[in-house]
Amino acid sequence: MNRLKASVLMRHEVGLHARPSVKLTKLAKAFESKIDLGLSPDGPWVDAKSIVKVMATKAPKDSTIYFRAEGKDAKAALDALVMLVDGDFHDGP
Amino acid sequence: MDHRTFRAVHRVEGKSAAPGVAIGLLVRLVAAKAVARRSRSKADEQQALVGAIEASRLDLTVLAGKVNDEDAEAILAFQIALLEDENLAAPAFARIAGGEAANRAWLAAIDPEITTYDQADDPYFRARASDLRDLRDRVLRRLTGEVDQVVPSGAIVAAEDMPPSVFLATDWREGGLVLRRGSPSSHVAILARSRGVPMIIGVDIDHLKSGVDAVLDGDAGALIVDPDPALRADYDRRLAEQAAAREAASAFSGPVSTASGEPVQLMINVTGLAELKAMDPSQVDGIGLMRTEFLFQESEALPTEEEQYQIYRQMAEWAAGKPVTIRTLDAGGDKPIAGLTEAGDLNPFLGVRGVRLSLKRLDVFRVQLRALARAAVTGNLKVMIPMVTVPEEFDRCRELFRGAVGELHDQGVEAAMPPIGMMVEVPAAAIAVEDFDADFYSIGSNDLIQYVMATSRDEPQLADLARPSRAVFHLIAHVVDYAKRCGREASLCGDLAGDPQQVALLLDQGLRSFSVAPGALGPVRAAISRYSGKAP
Repeated sequence: MNRLKASVLMRHEVGLHARPSVKLTKLAKAFESKIDLGLSPDGPWVDAKSIVKVMATKAPKDSTIYFRAEGKDAKAALDALVMLVDGDFHDGP
Repeated sequence: MDHRTFRAVHRVEGKSAAPGVAIGLLVRLVAAKAVARRSRSKADEQQALVGAIEASRLDLTVLAGKVNDEDAEAILAFQIALLEDENLAAPAFARIAGGEAANRAWLAAIDPEITTYDQADDPYFRARASDLRDLRDRVLRRLTGEVDQVVPSGAIVAAEDMPPSVFLATDWREGGLVLRRGSPSSHVAILARSRGVPMIIGVDIDHLKSGVDAVLDGDAGALIVDPDPALRADYDRRLAEQAAAREAASAFSGPVSTASGEPVQLMINVTGLAELKAMDPSQVDGIGLMRTEFLFQESEALPTEEEQYQIYRQMAEWAAGKPVTIRTLDAGGDKPIAGLTEAGDLNPFLGVRGVRLSLKRLDVFRVQLRALARAAVTGNLKVMIPMVTVPEEFDRCRELFRGAVGELHDQGVEAAMPPIGMMVEVPAAAIAVEDFDADFYSIGSNDLIQYVMATSRDEPQLADLARPSRAVFHLIAHVVDYAKRCGREASLCGDLAGDPQQVALLLDQGLRSFSVAPGALGPVRAAISRYSGKAP
């Protein structure tokens, strides 16, 4: 089974807040894979495509975000999400 | 008898929040109510909620295409994303399947979400509760068949209340605003005065109907529905005079002086960069008051040091060497800020507001002082502290400012100590002004009047008392005299300065520096140039 994991430190000043969450869930939805997000390596996991669930984690600044993805484009999805968080949620390619 | 439909002229009294005359069609905006819907089959209820959510999503998408303000876009994008997430309404659909009506099911699904945000420890998350409430009401309005009205151009709009974002997104032209709630110092009122949109508050809007002709008299604080031809002609003339005066005012530039040639400083009050876009710095002697609380109220989160620095720096650049007076956060009172001001304050105007709040929330205050210290090297910046009551508060602010400058220098960041002045708005400070070692004084007449007169500005029944009496003018003269004797500046930045009928009296007290809403520049300039000295 093609399940992959990745993690990244979030340095965004106000944490996983409205604007970052909108960007993150939009990006996650661009992929077919099932993608989960958690604040520890063992979960609990929430659907990274759901802004309701992602905002509910209330992840503060300097938390490490863990992703796991399962599906055909899992690798590409994780790369893109890590790049988004690592790049402090700035717009870009 | 006349066969034409007879419609009586109907005058509705309110309270002035922004002067001027508006003539146009009356449009009443309807607020969301949890009105009882007749419950239909489960399938119908399900379809009703699906439809309401989709319609709301479309409304927001259209709205997002119209705004050109980054913060407003971010809030709308967040709301749209929530509506697109099926997890949001999932509990509502489960309740509908259990036999509940769609509107009740929707409330039961959303209210716990709102509570979660309300109870968050982090103020940034707590502030999102209002976005969810707004979303809840939008879908409810759709469910109960109330159309989410777009505010039409050039109309006289009557509503319960209006968020600043809606005000800014509206094309007002010759229109005006009638609200039941709000106060003359609310952000929407300040924006209305700044943009020359007549506005009245405290109006019973229940009996107002959309689609009739109306006149809004922002000077008298009244709305006239179905004016008769004579009255209408009268107001048409006033509207024409107003347009001519505005045009003349915008053509004015250069220094202001009295009829006897004495120079007077005339500056503007602003809430952000948006108001400066349409203005040329040659029209004014600087910014006499920048109200920073609106940076805090409007944004998605408390503004960062960098965000604040960029705004202060751009203001200093706009002013091109003229003074830019920035007031530190004046939250509390009637200007609550989610996640910052105290919700349980029993008497907010006598409670933890202005500098009192800043000195309690040093985490927030230090960020602002650092941003100001950095911006001070980029132009002619001045900083003033609101609601100072005893000298110790002022001294503590200066000490904190020094600390911020020192810290920035240690980090190798350019920073400077600008002149630090104080607002004189608490009677204790006005009476004992000699005790305060401020670099300049700025009289805040709105609060000074309400504290001296023991009269709320927001109580329509006491409008006659909420005016400056001899006692108020006496305190103004006292502050101006003292400042003159010790060679410091004293100005006045409240609404009193922007009232052309009070200009001569203020000049009589020795005041030679005014700071007014941009919309009042023309009339105040004219009143100053007519002044030929104290009447004998």
